[in-house]
Amino acid sequence: MVATWTPDQPIVQCVEVRKSFGALEVLKGISLSVRKGEVICIIGPSGSGKSTLIRCINALQPISSGSIQIEGIEVTDPRLDKLALRRKVGMVFQQYNLFPHKTALQNVMMAPIHVLGQKRAEVEARARALLAKVRLAGKEDSYPGELSGGQQQRVAIARSLAMRPDIMLFDEVTAALDPETVKEVLVTIRELAEDGMTCLLVTHEMNFAREVADHVYFTDRGVIVEHGPPETLFTAAKDERTQRFLSQVL
Amino acid sequence: MKTAEPVHRLAVLLPYRLAPTRMSVRISPLSAAILCFCAVMAASTAWAQTAPTMLSPLQVIVKWSPLLLRGFAFNILISLLAMLLGTVAGLGLGLALLSQYRLLATASWFVTQFFRNAPWLVLLFFVMFLVPFQITIFNTTVPLPDWIKATVGFALPVMANVAEVVRGAVRSVPSTQWEAAESLSFTRRQTMWLIMLPQCIKRMLPPWMNIYALVAMATVLASIVGVSEMLTLTAQVHAAEGGRPELFAPLYGFALLCFFLYCYPINLWTARLERRFRVR
Ligand SMILES: Nc1ncnc2c1ncn2[C@@H]1O[C@H](COP(=O)(O)OP(=O)(O)O)[C@@H](O)[C@H]1O
Ligand SMILES: [Mg+2]
Repeated sequence: MVATWTPDQPIVQCVEVRKSFGALEVLKGISLSVRKGEVICIIGPSGSGKSTLIRCINALQPISSGSIQIEGIEVTDPRLDKLALRRKVGMVFQQYNLFPHKTALQNVMMAPIHVLGQKRAEVEARARALLAKVRLAGKEDSYPGELSGGQQQRVAIARSLAMRPDIMLFDEVTAALDPETVKEVLVTIRELAEDGMTCLLVTHEMNFAREVADHVYFTDRGVIVEHGPPETLFTAAKDERTQRFLSQVL
Repeated sequence: MKTAEPVHRLAVLLPYRLAPTRMSVRISPLSAAILCFCAVMAASTAWAQTAPTMLSPLQVIVKWSPLLLRGFAFNILISLLAMLLGTVAGLGLGLALLSQYRLLATASWFVTQFFRNAPWLVLLFFVMFLVPFQITIFNTTVPLPDWIKATVGFALPVMANVAEVVRGAVRSVPSTQWEAAESLSFTRRQTMWLIMLPQCIKRMLPPWMNIYALVAMATVLASIVGVSEMLTLTAQVHAAEGGRPELFAPLYGFALLCFFLYCYPINLWTARLERRFRVR
């Protein structure tokens, strides 16, 4: 199985993914794929299961049926080393979730040192470079509580990047930010995308999706209603639910 | 230093009334101060009516204070050791409470509840009478003096209370911290030691100090099982001075004062830390 995957195949491949919480079915047969270097956006009203899908892809939650493969490895395989899988996948949350007792630099350095066992000096150099890249040079020794929401979110992005993931998952990472700081985080993500990082984003920033995404999926109540390149989806949506949603948010 | 039995037995009942372990810490030092004050007042009036040829209560206290203070230092030593032992064991028990393994978590829960809801004095008796006075490891016989056993006896409730503090503090960390750690591939153990416990320390400090103040006050219970700590010595001093009734209040008042001066600052500091951490 593992050996058959080649980089020209999708990094993430979801097939008919279903997920229930008790009697509530949240994902009702989701199929999507993300190829290397692609930027995929998932949009849709809240409660439609976007966060759940992202969490399932990172094996933070088990799925009920269907298949999720990351680089050809079945995420739902019970024998799977979940930690090894997650090393390939970076994840950024809506609420940043930085470790409050560590400085920005330490937040970025922790996982490579303790999880990957890399040398401290080497990790520190990389962490400083990453913080500079997300425009936070000079904030290395600040604690999360001393940083603004936008700055914290960029530290969180640097923290994920420090693990050198093959794909980054973003779950409404700008939803908790005030309008002025949304832009600085979006710029960071855009730069990442331009560097060739594979990104799967759940977002409410329609302009961002339109400009940066290669492909947009519109979800509603656990199903993918419609998907396509942003030019078509945003201007010529076929489904009535998509049209209604877009008319509300645009 | 064998003293007259009847006097000793009278003194024995006293500590239980003065330092009940379930008493709220924040009130007891204050009431102790008031009690102390009343005791000294009563003593001076009592003494004023007696013959002036005998040592005054103050002179008696000054005369015996080196011995009494050494006894008090012993109380502190026992409390510190019990706290150390109880904290280490309590951390382990607390982590077991948080374990993903159901069986371990349930077993630890029973242990915690058992030791949290048992009177300290009863636990003390159990340890005194169940643990042998010496143990033999690899042909080496290690004696277990009473005060060591008493320390273990106090460490047990400390362990259970610390376990509960650890569990509560770790539970109070938002679950999103677990998710963040998980998504960065930290193992559960790494998450606990690198991410959860370090951010909990502040939260755990005030309740932990609260437990310490309780232990410090509870060490006088060791007098009941014959450890020569301050209260035992106080009773012996009282007997040595002829068991004069007017010495009773000043001598025990002195013991109260010592404990008050030791525990009250700890409680003040605890309250200050609590306030500071709540603001953050
Ligand atoms: N852990 C959970 N337990 C039970 N229900 C959940 C859980 N997580 C999410 N849900 C439910 O699943 C639905 C989809 O949630 P979510 O994936 O967060 O949607 P979205 O991110 O699109 O807003 C919601 O109805 C939510 O209440
Ligand atoms: Mg969501």
